[in-house]
Amino acid sequence: MKVNSIYKEEKKSAFQKVSEVIITMASRPSGFIGLSILVFHIILAFISPYIAPYDFKAINPTLMLQAPSAEYWFGTDDLGRDVFTRTILGGRTALTITFFGSLIALLWGGLLGIFCGLVGGKIDDIVMRIVDAFLSIPWILAMLLIVSLLGTSTEVLIPALGFFYGKGIVRVARAATHDVIAKDFIVSARARGHSNFSIIWNEIIPNVRDAILVEGAMRWSWMLLGFSSLSFLGFGVSPPTPDWGLMISNARGLMSFAYWAVIAPIVGLSSLIIGINLTADAFAKALGIDRSTKAPV
Amino acid sequence: MLFLIIKRILLGFITLFIVSLITFVGTEILPGDACTTYLERQAFGEQLEACYRRLGLNVPAYERYVSWAVNAIQGDFGYSLSGEMPIKEVLGPRIKNSLVLASAAIFIGIPIALILGIVTALWRDKLPDVAISTVTIFAMTIPEFISATLLILIIAIWLEWLPGIVIVPTDVSFLELLPNIILPVIAIAMIMTAHMARMVRSSVIQVMASEYVQMAILKGVPYWKMVFKHVLPNALLPAINVVALTIAWLLGGVVVTEVVFNYPGLGRLVIESISNRDLPTVQALAIILASIYVSINLLADLMTLMLNPRLKTLQIRK
Repeated sequence: MKVNSIYKEEKKSAFQKVSEVIITMASRPSGFIGLSILVFHIILAFISPYIAPYDFKAINPTLMLQAPSAEYWFGTDDLGRDVFTRTILGGRTALTITFFGSLIALLWGGLLGIFCGLVGGKIDDIVMRIVDAFLSIPWILAMLLIVSLLGTSTEVLIPALGFFYGKGIVRVARAATHDVIAKDFIVSARARGHSNFSIIWNEIIPNVRDAILVEGAMRWSWMLLGFSSLSFLGFGVSPPTPDWGLMISNARGLMSFAYWAVIAPIVGLSSLIIGINLTADAFAKALGIDRSTKAPV
Repeated sequence: MLFLIIKRILLGFITLFIVSLITFVGTEILPGDACTTYLERQAFGEQLEACYRRLGLNVPAYERYVSWAVNAIQGDFGYSLSGEMPIKEVLGPRIKNSLVLASAAIFIGIPIALILGIVTALWRDKLPDVAISTVTIFAMTIPEFISATLLILIIAIWLEWLPGIVIVPTDVSFLELLPNIILPVIAIAMIMTAHMARMVRSSVIQVMASEYVQMAILKGVPYWKMVFKHVLPNALLPAINVVALTIAWLLGGVVVTEVVFNYPGLGRLVIESISNRDLPTVQALAIILASIYVSINLLADLMTLMLNPRLKTLQIRK
């Protein structure tokens, strides 16, 4: 009976595990800063439509390129729109699209990687060759081609980003599976006659989950970078939706006399990307994974 | 050894073959083709047929792929749609300009990255490490178009030291290009250096923690002799591969940087050809950029193999 109770104590609930990881992450200064920035941006994304002082698409020709003032905190842009309003609203689309994109990347990349690592042989060879080929096409060329032919709607962007940022996860998941697969408990599971599906679900996923989650968190920041690059190039969010990448690209031409219109979105986007990066780093350290030796592929 | 090299090169060619298939099938299944874009609203009936005949789009897809691939191997990528110029001639000066930009960034970036990486690793968690690591995190994570825009704002507009955008024609001589490329080179080198310095740092830290280094310390080997003789050779070898992958990955960033600075290189051609739906040029660019990626990786693998006696008897790491 006593053995049983000790066993029960060691088995923590999912909530306890998650809160422990978060506490470990926040105990480092860099992790704490990263988490705070990320939480700030997420809260802002939820409440910004209610606290925005002006209409983000209200064009006012009399207020063109006003310098920051008590009325317009961050000034106005070339169409007389309030830069503060547009800046606090500018992260919503990017955050939503890249969050769901990373989830898709995590799912398909992780599962395909685990599958390849498990079955090995010819199928593994063929799939990895195709993944290699996709890796060697620059993401920006492929993304631009898809977006320019299929349009820039959310239904196109989320799966396209999810697909192109998932191919790197395939390699990570496959390598992690290779590490696990030689262990005794897999051999004994096979000896007990478990199916491939049961081995993946019960034995492999719990052991490779950490590595894949860390990779996914990292992918999120790269995807955000990629998505805002697309917006910047004019292939992302379509105007007049406020988006940082688009705002920077619009205000760039006039920055010699209206630098405020370009600085505000720059601060917004940079802080979000740095926040996600620091959080992902702290997450990796909290789980005991060193990912700084890996290339950003 | 020779067998391994040949096998590695063959694998590279297989990858390129698959890339060519992917780009061909990709441009084939996505809606819209060269003719419908070119003719826009007049894309029906007689005119469409004539356009298909002129561009040779009326033959089956696999035949077109074969003839395209055979020509591409000989360096002939056909004609671009917008300029009606051989793609080969469009690409030539662009490739040269991009190579100047990328190699300048690499030559500046690698030594700085090595020094920063080694310094941060040896003074781990001390002031130099904390300071440099903080800066590298910023340089690494901030998107290229933001750092490029800030460089233009501060150095070109506020300080007026250097030209902010490149307004030279595509086929300008190297000396005329020089003052124009300083800012783009800084923008690209910054992010590249930050990535590489981080990897060198963790690689050195790993080796410093290994048993033979502990042994060398206990044996009384002088500190700097140990660093240069025992730590660095073992730490930098695995970094070569990672650095190669990073350089290849940054190709995408070079595209964005070139657009910000209006630099007449391959990157701007990517954007131009995609905006014009110039699919033949896009295909050619995909193959060329993929070849660059594959050859950088191949080069890194071969270098690791040549420099590391232990790997000669083993299979090359994939």
